[in-house]
Amino acid sequence: MINLTDINKTFNPHTPQEVRALRDINLHIANEDFVIILGSNGSGKSTLLNIIAGNILADKGQLTIDNQAVTHIKDYDRSKWIARIFQDPFSGTASELSIIDNFRLASIRTKKKGLTIGINNDFKKTVRDKIAMLGLGLEDKLEQPMGTLSGGQRQALTLIMAIMDDAKILLLDEPAAALDPKTSEIIMQKANQLIHEFHLTAILITHNLKDAATYGNRVILMKEGSIAIDKKEKVTINELHNWFS
Amino acid sequence: MNFYLSAIMLGLGFVSLGFGIFISMRIFNIPDITTDGSYTLGGVVTAVILSKYSSVPMALMLSFIAGIIAGSATGFINTKLKVNALLAGILIMTALYSVNLSLMGRSNIPLINLPTVFDWFSFINDNSMRQFSILLFITILLVAFLSWLLKTDFGIAMRATGNSETMVRAMGVDTSRMKIMGLALANGLTAVSGSLITQYQGFADINMGIGIVILGLGSVMIGETMMNLLKVNSLFFRLIGVIIGTVVFRLILAVALSLGIDPNYLKLITALIVLAVVSLPNLRKKV
Repeated sequence: MINLTDINKTFNPHTPQEVRALRDINLHIANEDFVIILGSNGSGKSTLLNIIAGNILADKGQLTIDNQAVTHIKDYDRSKWIARIFQDPFSGTASELSIIDNFRLASIRTKKKGLTIGINNDFKKTVRDKIAMLGLGLEDKLEQPMGTLSGGQRQALTLIMAIMDDAKILLLDEPAAALDPKTSEIIMQKANQLIHEFHLTAILITHNLKDAATYGNRVILMKEGSIAIDKKEKVTINELHNWFS
Repeated sequence: MNFYLSAIMLGLGFVSLGFGIFISMRIFNIPDITTDGSYTLGGVVTAVILSKYSSVPMALMLSFIAGIIAGSATGFINTKLKVNALLAGILIMTALYSVNLSLMGRSNIPLINLPTVFDWFSFINDNSMRQFSILLFITILLVAFLSWLLKTDFGIAMRATGNSETMVRAMGVDTSRMKIMGLALANGLTAVSGSLITQYQGFADINMGIGIVILGLGSVMIGETMMNLLKVNSLFFRLIGVIIGTVVFRLILAVALSLGIDPNYLKLITALIVLAVVSLPNLRKKV
């Protein structure tokens, strides 16, 4: 599903602030893989995710998604394959827009945003039913601005928004890092459920070793811009602790 | 009474400007100074077209298009050439001064014995009543158009662009293109205001746009404050708020003039009113 060949990225090249964020990354992610990426701060995890999403372009190397060369395709054009969940709950939703407006936009992620009014009673009902699955009682607040919700509520809605339109790939950048432990667990479980239910190929960046041991079918450890360890199976939490010692 | 009626009519003439500022400043969060230039541009194009071709629909249409071009230019400089939005606006505003001057060939064109939009609705005999009805009619058209547009999928993408760029790009929206289109629409509306006011006052002048962006901003903010007091914040009422804002602003200025204040101080008063509207909520928050 995702192929990275000799991907390199250097920030601020030829200056004292030069950072080689990614060095010769070769990575093949198969369809319906659920990859966990671990690594300390500055190891290049987020850069890797952003290169796949397209909001950072690689200096060198090739990237294909679904067998199509996308190395030079802009982030907004890659949205036809990719749905994203950001670490900051405020990045994944528009606070001043109502819940229903946010969902409308999510439901046409891969389509043209034309001059038609798409929010009708049918659409509202679909959204209400989907939100009701979360069990947070948000289904009756469709007209409320996103900004009035808590970070956890917004993150939960972002998950549902990701599957409002066709998606093949789900990129999750520490989706639960800004949330309290209980909410964080709910979000991770929900994400895991959706990834399996909708047969998504997923990449999760996390610092939480328990999550890394619980979810996914492949674990990658990044170090100084390279892939240090790549295990194509679940890894126990004890072994993960050893990776960092 | 006539004095206040004409203030209200001027206010209605400025509604289109208010909507322009509402779109650039409130929807896209871009402080767009192009406004001063595109407002004059609308007036100038109208005066030139009316003098040459005596066609009111053509004058209105071409003013709108001219404003769209000016706004697109600012948007292009901002998003593609990566120049700060404020500076991009100032650049186009400055350039437009020369454009306007060369279009007119002089600094002022009076519209004597020329048809204007205020000749429409000829079934209404009373002059003031006819002008008022025409302006009200145009205002209703504008509200209907914008409240429809902002509800469409395109409109939602537009509103989200000014709110969370990260989100909207992840939703497949080219934010640069969206900002260019937004500024185009905003300045198109501003130019329509320039056209209406030119026809209302009977002349276009090279300096008619000075400080007009502040008038628009002040109107939008007065409207917002009022709508907040009434606790209505739906899109439709925000648009209604802009109308109330422009009218109230002109009424305040009319009152100031009727108190015998030297018209030379009009811009100073305008600036002070806007300062008051902008700063008062902040002062209240601190207490």
